[in-house]
Amino acid sequence: MSETAAASAEMHHTSTGLPNRKLLMWAFIGSECMLFGSLIITYLVYRGRSIVGPYPEELLNIPFITVTTFVLLMSSLTMVLALAAVQRNDMRQGKLWLLMTALLGLVFLSGQVYEFSHFVHEGLGLTTNLFGASFFLLTGTHGAHVFVGVIWLTTLFVLAVRGKLTSANAETVEITGLYWHFVDVVWIVLFTIIYLLV
Amino acid sequence: MENSVTEHDHASVKTYLVVAAVLGIITAVEVAIFYIDALRPVLVPLLLTLSAAKFTLVVSFFMHLKYDSKIFRGLFVGPLAVAVLIILAMLALFGVFGGGGGAA
Repeated sequence: MSETAAASAEMHHTSTGLPNRKLLMWAFIGSECMLFGSLIITYLVYRGRSIVGPYPEELLNIPFITVTTFVLLMSSLTMVLALAAVQRNDMRQGKLWLLMTALLGLVFLSGQVYEFSHFVHEGLGLTTNLFGASFFLLTGTHGAHVFVGVIWLTTLFVLAVRGKLTSANAETVEITGLYWHFVDVVWIVLFTIIYLLV
Repeated sequence: MENSVTEHDHASVKTYLVVAAVLGIITAVEVAIFYIDALRPVLVPLLLTLSAAKFTLVVSFFMHLKYDSKIFRGLFVGPLAVAVLIILAMLALFGVFGGGGGAA
């Protein structure tokens, strides 16, 4: 084992020298790549094969979804700012950025709820056609991940407010951040595939 | 050396702000490209390239994969590569590339 690896192992007391929880989160994210990969395949294979409307080009609102995409991208920035603040034990800033990240996540979710209800109002349901089935499955699964992330972030914020989150727990914030950023990168892919490559 | 950069050697706040600005700019460019009819023939490769750039920026800087252990990189890039290969194989199988595959 190299000198630095030994030092790292001493720091984390694990056989790999890496924090086990972070290792687990990366393994989980790897498995999530496979999950979203399968849903993306389904969407792409069914793309353009609906035999009844409404069709994507009639429904998708690019300017609106660009704004919600920008909101989610900025939530990734506030997430890393929260982590940086917690690491330097600036809990006032840490709380602020954690709350901001959760709020931006909520804004994104609200946009998704609005979009879904608009589509349903326009006659597109889960069983209307192949586009409806694959679209709601893919974006709904992503939305569920965002929802879990918002709950997770809110929990961390509450812990921080109660003084139970300090720089000693920076790894917890980092792991939450990994999950949140992954949700963001998935949306980067979905935004291009679903909305821009119509 | 694999662990020569420890998990705490992350990017600075300034770097995070620059990356966020670049992400915003790329998103704006993507949407602008979408509305330019002259770019229709190269729309797909252009948008996929820009999307890949955003993906790489978030994973490298915000998820700190650029600075972290290669083990984390392997845990992410391995399944991601498998997922991408399966997507490409399925698209070819279903004739999405225009080859007229017959599975559909």
